Amino acid sequence: MTVSAVVMSGIDKRFGAVHANKSVDLDVAKGSIHGLIGENGAGKSTLMSILFGFYAADSGTITVDGKAVSIRSSADAISHGIGMVHQHFMLVDTFTVVENVMLGAEGGALTARGEALTRARLKELGKTYGLEVPLDTLVSELTVGELQRVEILKALVRDARVLILDEPTAVLTPTEVEQLFVMLRRLRDEGKTVIIVTHKLKEIMAVTDRVSVMRRGEMVAHLDTAATSPEALAEAMVGRRVVLRVDKGPAKPGATILTVRGLTVKDEKGVTRVNDVSLSVRAGEIVGIAGVSGNGQSELLEVLAGLRAPLKGEILLEGRPVESAAKNESKRLRKMGLRHVPEDRHRLGLVKEFSASESAILGCHDEAGYGSGPFLDAAAIRRDCEVKMSAFDVRPANPDLKTALFSGGNQQKIVLAREIERDPILLLVGQPTRGVDIGAIEFIHKRLIELRDRGKAILLVSVELDEIMALSDRILVMCAGEITGERTPERTDERDLGLLMAGVRERAA
Amino acid sequence: MSAQARGELPLWYSAGLVPVLNVACAFLVAGLVVLAIGASPIDAVRILLRGALGSPYGIGYTLYYATTFIFTGLAVAIAFHAGHFNIGGEGQSLLGGLGIALVVLNLAFLPSPLLILLTIAGAALLGAAWAFIPGWLQAYRGSHVVITTIMFNFLAFGLLGYLLVGPMKRPDSMSLETLPFVEGARLFRADEILGWMGIAMPRTPLNLSFALALLCALFTWVLVWRTRLGYEIRTVGANPTAAHYAGISSKRITVIVMLMGGAFAGMMATNEILGVQQRLIADFTAGAGFVGIAVALMGRGHPVGIVLASLLFGVLYQGGAELAFDMPLMTKDMIIVIQGLVILFAGALENMFRERIAGWIFRKPVEVAP
Repeated sequence: MTVSAVVMSGIDKRFGAVHANKSVDLDVAKGSIHGLIGENGAGKSTLMSILFGFYAADSGTITVDGKAVSIRSSADAISHGIGMVHQHFMLVDTFTVVENVMLGAEGGALTARGEALTRARLKELGKTYGLEVPLDTLVSELTVGELQRVEILKALVRDARVLILDEPTAVLTPTEVEQLFVMLRRLRDEGKTVIIVTHKLKEIMAVTDRVSVMRRGEMVAHLDTAATSPEALAEAMVGRRVVLRVDKGPAKPGATILTVRGLTVKDEKGVTRVNDVSLSVRAGEIVGIAGVSGNGQSELLEVLAGLRAPLKGEILLEGRPVESAAKNESKRLRKMGLRHVPEDRHRLGLVKEFSASESAILGCHDEAGYGSGPFLDAAAIRRDCEVKMSAFDVRPANPDLKTALFSGGNQQKIVLAREIERDPILLLVGQPTRGVDIGAIEFIHKRLIELRDRGKAILLVSVELDEIMALSDRILVMCAGEITGERTPERTDERDLGLLMAGVRERAA
Repeated sequence: MSAQARGELPLWYSAGLVPVLNVACAFLVAGLVVLAIGASPIDAVRILLRGALGSPYGIGYTLYYATTFIFTGLAVAIAFHAGHFNIGGEGQSLLGGLGIALVVLNLAFLPSPLLILLTIAGAALLGAAWAFIPGWLQAYRGSHVVITTIMFNFLAFGLLGYLLVGPMKRPDSMSLETLPFVEGARLFRADEILGWMGIAMPRTPLNLSFALALLCALFTWVLVWRTRLGYEIRTVGANPTAAHYAGISSKRITVIVMLMGGAFAGMMATNEILGVQQRLIADFTAGAGFVGIAVALMGRGHPVGIVLASLLFGVLYQGGAELAFDMPLMTKDMIIVIQGLVILFAGALENMFRERIAGWIFRKPVEVAP
């Protein structure tokens, strides 16, 4: 008979008409790693936010270590031994590790005593769990993996017995993910309870003991990890059979469309983000750029799209030079047949305050079809949007609905529809499936392959290795602004790419 | 799922109930202030409304004040759509007045209709030119328009003061004013126009510039929601990075909206200078540029809202004047207190009730799903 660390029963939560949690039950065994999996909007974040006191449930009970508790704030949650590591780290960059950990527990007006206590605790915890970090280093100088360790330590210093990790692997290299899993297993073996919230099936399979699956606000399955499979989990998440593999024939590359030579880019602070990068993309192939986020891929994409000026280097689109520093270059490139699905659809790709039909003409608003002279033709724009919405299965198919009110996947489909339907000769795609449901991922992948098979050149940037492996005909790996290697998907694996992503270059050559 | 269920509030609520509630609150608090000085709030409201709307005379004055506020409100709103806060309406209006005076005093020999068209153009042009400098500085040098437009208000006062004691001063007068305009440079008053149609109306300052103001409101609506340029303006205002992605130059848009805002503010002078004063005087704006900020906020940047908010302020100005006349306790300063409360509740505290009451009506919690 196992002992429960956390039992949530009959948890119900509504946000207006959105029923985020429908009488959800969750039982997490003490000293286990429990996975919570579901698509975006399935209600897993809401459930964890209720457990950590960010929201109050409309009804339902929570039991921690056998005692019924009422959790009204994160302070309550911490006092009951619950700690949370957020997807976006909540650290002060200009503080050292010790200062960050003691934040909120300084121990009075003078910090000396609190600091000494924290330091002692951190050393002890570091030994017990193998969570060692340099204590007096500024947080801004740590690697992402170390930052995450600091977050975990913050929870442990406050005597967390139950640790919630929200999408912990999103920003890690495969090697760092492995290290995280080793740490989590050690925490479990020392008697801690870990809850991992994720949408990555592979990680659930690798590290959890049990897994709970949520779909549309309901808990649909509790499974022993050993007794299930990724396919079964995907089916439970989506509610129908999902093809995890992308079907695609071999590429038939044609003429070179994009050539980049010796491209170097510095950001506003003068830091080199892209260093001497050369690459080419041919018609009818998908070139994937793999890498941990923040290694120069974003800047590379922006320069190629004419949105950012490079320091030096040469870019040719069908042999014609791209001058990203020039005024209105993105407009000119669009006319030349370059289309761009930006990495961050909220920042670049859409205007959330606009109706869907207005967002669907962003960057194309000066095309003749959308009006005459200085005027826009609202009816034509609406019709155009309706056609795109049905072609890309955008739901709800309502061109007048505000862009912000669509789910992430449907917003992404609006951007893709806008860019793909213009029949580009080169498509730049950044993170095409970030924050997108499994069902929509399948759809988006199919569209990209279709476009490739129509002889278009595609440059894909993604931090999802599975996506890179599934779609690319050639894979380039970026680390610290440089290309550390080139592979074909048939002749590489995750380990190999992981090493390149971490900057370990190939010996040969 | 309907838009409403996903967090969108219906129009009758956000554009109807909320503003009415805000104004009601302002009057409630104003009522308490009136009580505190020992006057009757009920009487005050009665006199205010009767004074503003109870007679053709009152209505004429109310619309005359509203005309001014429509211009200065649009001046703030158009820039606001591109994310900029043009609070230089005061100075831009003064320059508009200067534009009118320059045209009339130099081209008085022209036939009346042509002269009037040129004066309107002159008002718009000089107002726009005055706003161009802060706009250009914002776009290309990163100087914040809020700071620069405030400074340009002072510069405008200084410039007009200098011209009216010096080069443009009427030689035989003690006051700061130019020579009177020729008769051909006068906008027809509403009572004259109605008189031709056989409708009697007492003489009020309400003049043809009211129609010009409504035309400007219509122009703004078409521009912002029906043209490619308006699309670009709204994109820059709502998401500047997306505008960059779309190949829209935020700098160009910044300069354009400031030019337009300056032109609207400049045309305000047609009401005051061309319609009423018939000469350029100092300080004729009397704070109308600042009332325009409140009007634009209350009208939520929409031309219809701006016209309605301008009418409200027209009522407050005209009714307030009557109130000061009829109730000795209600001094001019008290009227300013009431106007200030309306600005406070309708402009600055605009969002105070919005979410809370929406929660009661639509059972929508304030917190938002992650």
